[in-house]
Amino acid sequence: MKFSEVSASALHGVLSNKLRSILTLLGVLIGVAAVILLLAVGNGSAQQVASSINSLGTNTLSIRPTSTGGTTASSTGGTSASSTPQITMAVTNDLSSADLGHVASVVPETDTTQTVSSSTATESNISVIGATPEYFSVTTAKVGTGAAFTSSDVTDSSKVAVIGTELAQDLFPGASAIGQSISVDGTTLTVVGILTEQSSTGMQDPNTEIIAPITRVQSSFTGFGAVSTVLVAATSSGAVTAAESEVTIELNQLLRVTNPADEPYTVTSQSSLLATQQQSADSFTVLLGVVAAISLLVGGIGVTNVMLVTVTERTREIGIRKALGASRWAILGQFLMEAGILTLVGGILGVVVAVIGAQFKINGTQPEIMFFSIPLALGVSVAIGVFFGVYPAGRAAAMRPIQALRSI
Amino acid sequence: MAATEPEIPGFAAVELIDLHQVYGEGDAAVHALRGITVAIEKGEYVAIMGPSGSGKSTLMNVLGCLDIASHGTYLLAGNDVKEFDEDQLAKVRNRELGFIFQSFNLIPRMTALGNVELPLVYAGVKKPERHERAIAALEQVGLGYRAEHRPQQLSGGQQQRVAIARALVTTPTLILADEPTGNLDSESTEEILQIFDGLAKTGRTIVIITHEEEVAQRSHRVLTIADGLIVRDQAQADRRLAGAGVHS
Repeated sequence: MKFSEVSASALHGVLSNKLRSILTLLGVLIGVAAVILLLAVGNGSAQQVASSINSLGTNTLSIRPTSTGGTTASSTGGTSASSTPQITMAVTNDLSSADLGHVASVVPETDTTQTVSSSTATESNISVIGATPEYFSVTTAKVGTGAAFTSSDVTDSSKVAVIGTELAQDLFPGASAIGQSISVDGTTLTVVGILTEQSSTGMQDPNTEIIAPITRVQSSFTGFGAVSTVLVAATSSGAVTAAESEVTIELNQLLRVTNPADEPYTVTSQSSLLATQQQSADSFTVLLGVVAAISLLVGGIGVTNVMLVTVTERTREIGIRKALGASRWAILGQFLMEAGILTLVGGILGVVVAVIGAQFKINGTQPEIMFFSIPLALGVSVAIGVFFGVYPAGRAAAMRPIQALRSI
Repeated sequence: MAATEPEIPGFAAVELIDLHQVYGEGDAAVHALRGITVAIEKGEYVAIMGPSGSGKSTLMNVLGCLDIASHGTYLLAGNDVKEFDEDQLAKVRNRELGFIFQSFNLIPRMTALGNVELPLVYAGVKKPERHERAIAALEQVGLGYRAEHRPQQLSGGQQQRVAIARALVTTPTLILADEPTGNLDSESTEEILQIFDGLAKTGRTIVIITHEEEVAQRSHRVLTIADGLIVRDQAQADRRLAGAGVHS
């Protein structure tokens, strides 16, 4: 029996039972489309994270104290450099005034979480950041309406604040927040500026935060001890490494660190943050891949089921064909072709659906198809369909014709 | 290869020597055939009669190579069927045997022509020739005009005629019919029997299983089976003289 005869016969078999064929096709289609699309979503979000981190600029360094105990112990002032040297405002001012060639600006930052209220609304768990005006040039937080506070506001510990857009709307619905007063844990601040809307990349929503002069936040909430973070902007993204070593040497001098291996702070660059984020995005992709693999498996089980039913149903037909002189291989060939045609057509349709689906944003993420997922999904589904189409057919074909004929 | 060689001159079409068929084992064993020895010559038209459970269908399945006997020898045109492997058996079924079933066993999703062509497809006959031979076989049974109909669009008698055309199309050594008229009315039965008469006249070897006397009467020779043994083997002429079996 020639190949063309087998394929003609198989095609006839596929077309003569449309419902069964459509169900098989659908099972494969959904499995394949799910794998490709879910991996594409994972990949898309990974790329989105990468690009949003890139947009922050890779020229910033953050310095964080490692010893948290020290901050509370000396919050009333009087640093004892001998035990736990602390990065206080004074240290950052010294760092800032030190003439470091690759450092563009130094921004001390202190964080707290407070309940904020206006005359009409109250919002709890609001992140309050104390910083200097350079904060707005170093980070993605930009003032949209109004103005940032100034250096003299920092010097004077002015009771002013710049707030996120969402917080502005929550506290002053339908009105401009500029010039209004907000109460932060009993301290009244005047809103001077509202931030532009930012995409949320971290744990906190940047659209609900409050940024105030660091001196004001220290005097009202956190005290004059160590700052939480020092942001250092290098002159360019190429100068980050140079800036890091300059800052480290200078800080070790200022803090009188004798053992450089045991610095009381850690320096993180955006590039290391990028690596971490990339890692988490990758594991997200893996997670989606697992979900996709499960859906492929479920699709495969559906196909298997249809194939098993098909073969059982057609055992009598196999018996007739054997009685007429069909060899085992002719029967196997026919079922192989039938299963192959169904799963391949279903798989290709699945790829088409996935490619079309990837054109649309899914939950704000533009899916990016991973090339390897196409042959992978196709290969696995075709293999499942063909194996479970052929294996029971092979058993039926190995029966004596009379056994096959007697089955209903 | 042996399976496809033309029949060897001097050999009977079918020769069975002490054929046994046992299903199951031990106490549960069922002895369907208990030692059948018979020869059927080329050109003979033989009817096998017997009550249900007598083993006549088992014998038919062994003759048709649909089943393999447990013991004994089955020579088909001088070739021992036991020596054939799976693929050779398929070729034997394809070229040497034409099977007609009580329940027609047509493939429902194929046209009459498609069904008749099927054995030729497995024989590797090319499409134009296949088509021609299938049409000829259908015309032989008077159904040339129904070639494009599907089995469910045909009457029982027509379906059986399609099945006969399918059995004839490969010009087999032996035509085997298992209760071919069992599901048919008397008019269709007569049509089918006329076709068999015609085939017998042209020298085809036919073995037909039946429990109907009017069917058996058309044959040249009647074998009666009971409990897995041939209990009577009579030529039709002798039966008429003896007047045996007429009242069954």
